[in-house]
Amino acid sequence: MSNPNRPISPHLSIYRKQISSVLSILHRMTGLALVAGTALLVSWLWSAAYAPAFYPQLHECLSSLLGQVALFSWMAAFYFHLANGIRHLFWDMGRGFALSAMAASGWAVVLFTVLMTMFTWGFIHSAAGV
Amino acid sequence: MTVSDSKLRTELGKVKGLGTAHHGVSHWWMQRMTALALVPLSLWFFYSLVTSMLAPNVIKVAEWFASPVNAVITVLMLVATFTHAKLGVQVVIEDYVKSPFAKYALLLLNNFICIVFGAVAILAVLKLHFLDVAAAGV
Repeated sequence: MSNPNRPISPHLSIYRKQISSVLSILHRMTGLALVAGTALLVSWLWSAAYAPAFYPQLHECLSSLLGQVALFSWMAAFYFHLANGIRHLFWDMGRGFALSAMAASGWAVVLFTVLMTMFTWGFIHSAAGV
Repeated sequence: MTVSDSKLRTELGKVKGLGTAHHGVSHWWMQRMTALALVPLSLWFFYSLVTSMLAPNVIKVAEWFASPVNAVITVLMLVATFTHAKLGVQVVIEDYVKSPFAKYALLLLNNFICIVFGAVAILAVLKLHFLDVAAAGV
């Protein structure tokens, strides 16, 4: 019989965190966050189409601190998953596997996420005044 | 050639080439194709959302969806999104949920939620597209 408590790889508790492993798990976590966020997208579309009276309330809800935190996180997750997903598509074509290329593309994804999230957030709050 | 290749696999199985899971590489392939489709589709939708639909005003939203191009792109984006979401969440469930009962219950729930969300969202887009903004008086 196999021992169900045998150590299994990867040994997360003793592994030094690396750009490769951290971005890998973040890809999965942001994917799940984006799926959770689709509930908001569906509510938004539904209220606009079928409950216009509720629409301003939803808008007010999203303008609250909690709503803003949720939208900000969702946006960051979107940009990360988008950029890292493109990185994955290149890997699927057999490109970018050298350790140096992988680290560089990983940090490029981080930089893209931070810059685009900040830029978009700034644009929304300066142009629309939401 | 190994024993399993020569003796244990049926002729039909070899011809079909779909492996033990009976669906070959379709999951892997669809995950990549929807990902590729979502790069332009989600960027277009997100850009439009940020630039023209943030006001607390349903008319702005309806005006954007009145364009056939925008409506079609959004429907395609929703189909790709919920297909991609279903495939992605499925892998997470298969990886982390050990109990067979919980696993299959969650897999069914995943399919159910993705299909319902997709249907509801697409219906809302169609309603917004065909909405007569002036007559609706929203």
